[in-house]
Amino acid sequence: MNTIFLVLKREYLVRVRKKSFIIMTILGPLLSFGFYAMMIFLAVSSVDEKKIEVIDASGMFKGKIPSTETYKFSYPEVAFADAKKNFLDSKYDVLAYIPADIMKNPKGIQLYAEKGVSYEIKSEIEKAVEREIENIKLTQAGITRKVLEEAKVSVDSDTISLNEEGEKESSTGAATAVGGICAFVLYITMMIYGTQVMRSITEEKTNRIVEVIISSIKPFQLMLGKILGVAMVGLTQFLLWILLTVGLFTIAPGIMEKRAEVAASVSTQVTPDGTSAKGGKKATVVQADNPVTKVMKAVGTLNLPLIIGCFLFYYLGGYLLYSALFGAIGAAVDNEADTQQFVFPIMLPIIFSFGIAQFVLRDPDGGLAFWASMIPFTSPIVMMVRVPLGVPVWELALSMVLLVLGFIGTIWLASRIYRVGILMYGKKPTFKEMSKWLFYKG
Amino acid sequence: MNILETHHIVKQYAQHRALDDVSLNVPRGCIFGLLGPNGAGKTSLIRIINQITGPDEGDVLFLGERLKPDHIRRIGYLPEERGLYKKMKVGEQLLYLAQLKGLSEKQAMEKLKVWFIKFDIKTWWNKNVEDLSKGMQQKIQFVATVLHEPDLIILDEPFSGFDPINANLIKDEILELKQKGSTIIFSTHRMESVEELCDHIALINRSKKILDGPKLTIKEQFKTHTYHVDYQGTIDGLPEQFTLLDSKTTEDGFTRTNIRIPAEAQVNDLIRLLLDRVMVRSFGENIPSMNDIFIKAVGEVPTT
Repeated sequence: MNTIFLVLKREYLVRVRKKSFIIMTILGPLLSFGFYAMMIFLAVSSVDEKKIEVIDASGMFKGKIPSTETYKFSYPEVAFADAKKNFLDSKYDVLAYIPADIMKNPKGIQLYAEKGVSYEIKSEIEKAVEREIENIKLTQAGITRKVLEEAKVSVDSDTISLNEEGEKESSTGAATAVGGICAFVLYITMMIYGTQVMRSITEEKTNRIVEVIISSIKPFQLMLGKILGVAMVGLTQFLLWILLTVGLFTIAPGIMEKRAEVAASVSTQVTPDGTSAKGGKKATVVQADNPVTKVMKAVGTLNLPLIIGCFLFYYLGGYLLYSALFGAIGAAVDNEADTQQFVFPIMLPIIFSFGIAQFVLRDPDGGLAFWASMIPFTSPIVMMVRVPLGVPVWELALSMVLLVLGFIGTIWLASRIYRVGILMYGKKPTFKEMSKWLFYKG
Repeated sequence: MNILETHHIVKQYAQHRALDDVSLNVPRGCIFGLLGPNGAGKTSLIRIINQITGPDEGDVLFLGERLKPDHIRRIGYLPEERGLYKKMKVGEQLLYLAQLKGLSEKQAMEKLKVWFIKFDIKTWWNKNVEDLSKGMQQKIQFVATVLHEPDLIILDEPFSGFDPINANLIKDEILELKQKGSTIIFSTHRMESVEELCDHIALINRSKKILDGPKLTIKEQFKTHTYHVDYQGTIDGLPEQFTLLDSKTTEDGFTRTNIRIPAEAQVNDLIRLLLDRVMVRSFGENIPSMNDIFIKAVGEVPTT
């Protein structure tokens, strides 16, 4: 036991002290946050303003198509033929022609542009025209605009999970998102840490240090110490990530609220005829709609301690199960290049379970979801998708027990291959030979 | 008392029997040469003694007890293929390896200090192993092997990779360890170092032990009862019992002739007869070298 700990300590310290670990742990989440932020920023800022010239022969749509930040509609009083002739020299990017008989022939709209019209502009215009035609037809049928306005309701359902503990407001969106993120992180880490174990074992074998070590301790102790050491590295990384995220989320809302207040005060200023009470009301509305607060509220409805606990359990379980198999491969071959052919069959179930996870997100209580979250090879990823959405306790318990049995099994299997493999040099073994190693004596 | 005994060891790999009924006795406090051509089964035997693998049949006794995991701490092993963690600091690495052998960190530190002073390598403590030359790494590995003061030290080709000066240093260390009471099993192809260091030898060929015993006894066994004499003149009319073998002229103009005498004859008689006939410069017995014995026993030249 003591020797396993010694190995564990070395493997842990060697990795944690590496600069790359510190950089990955701290910069990893920041980089991915920053990456997304940058993508959103670029997406928003790179769209140029488009000027659209609307020639409305029907005379019904003037001023009816709302301009947005990126699309400015204007309605010059020119004949269609002239506008078309002068279009290339004009300041407009798109020319839209609405024929006079639009009410009878809704397909008659024509769009002109120098290079082609983006789908977005096309649908924007179509939507506006459709809406207006609808309005006109309804008005003709005797329904007033006011009734129409009142009839437009924005539906947003609140999902509430009903169980023994009573009603609890739940957020399907947040649960799905959290499940998806957990599955993704597990997928990545099982791959990364699994191959890390494999590489490190091959390195020891190629270095020939392994013979020195196993003349001091049992191969099994060396293998287990290494696997556990790397597992601790992963846990450390998660712990730091959780701390970092919690830190970010406690700081971020503060900043967001400040910005919301600024926005509110701006909106009071733009409504000069409004009272201060109106301005105040607006401010609260802005705050409630603030996306970060919304996310925080949604995440708050989830059972976070259960999710974090399950996540750590399934990380450890899944990691142990797969890293043992990766380790066996690492021991069986002489150099890293030879691992390729053996690694694929092991990665397959990981990739497969990530694929299943996509379906499970849509149907978290179906047969596929149930079986995939029981089988130890797929359960870590698939069960983590289901946990935030709520899983019966017996299912969770059964899945955990099976996973524990699963990794005990693979570790046993791996240790049989490992003890023979690390002393074999030369020919690259086949799966058939490796299966024979399982039954070698001492 | 024997520190190590193996009784009828058999080790079978899939297609190949690596050890076939090998029984050895290694007396305590000696330097025991384990000899044999490549692939004879030496490494297999050493791995069994180190409990890296187990025998399919037979027993290994360490100080009279059947080999058990605890014994590992009393054995030090220097494998033929050397290996250290390349990216680990020398000091940390030695501490780690010593702790795996059951020393506490404090004990290991104290012992390491002695070796670092002895080898004058204090400045290496914080260096990465990969920054050291091959010879330096070998020294580190030697220290790692003997640091826990094992009763039995197994050295597989200990001199490979050393220049003559460092090889000599290691040789002196080996002799000193023997003096302090350690037993050393020494596996090598280099017959000159066997000649110099070993008290006992065992020769393994094609998975079988073909020879073992004290070095002097074996030499006695392989004696050809021939003598060589360097002289000027011609040897004529020696009695029948003395057989003249080959002759050749040495660089400085003498003739060297090998003469065989039967076991029952007296060497003195031959010398007397020679003195009457030629001018003798030197006379001596042809004692077989370990190299001769190896070649004769195995039937092939040892490869280094």
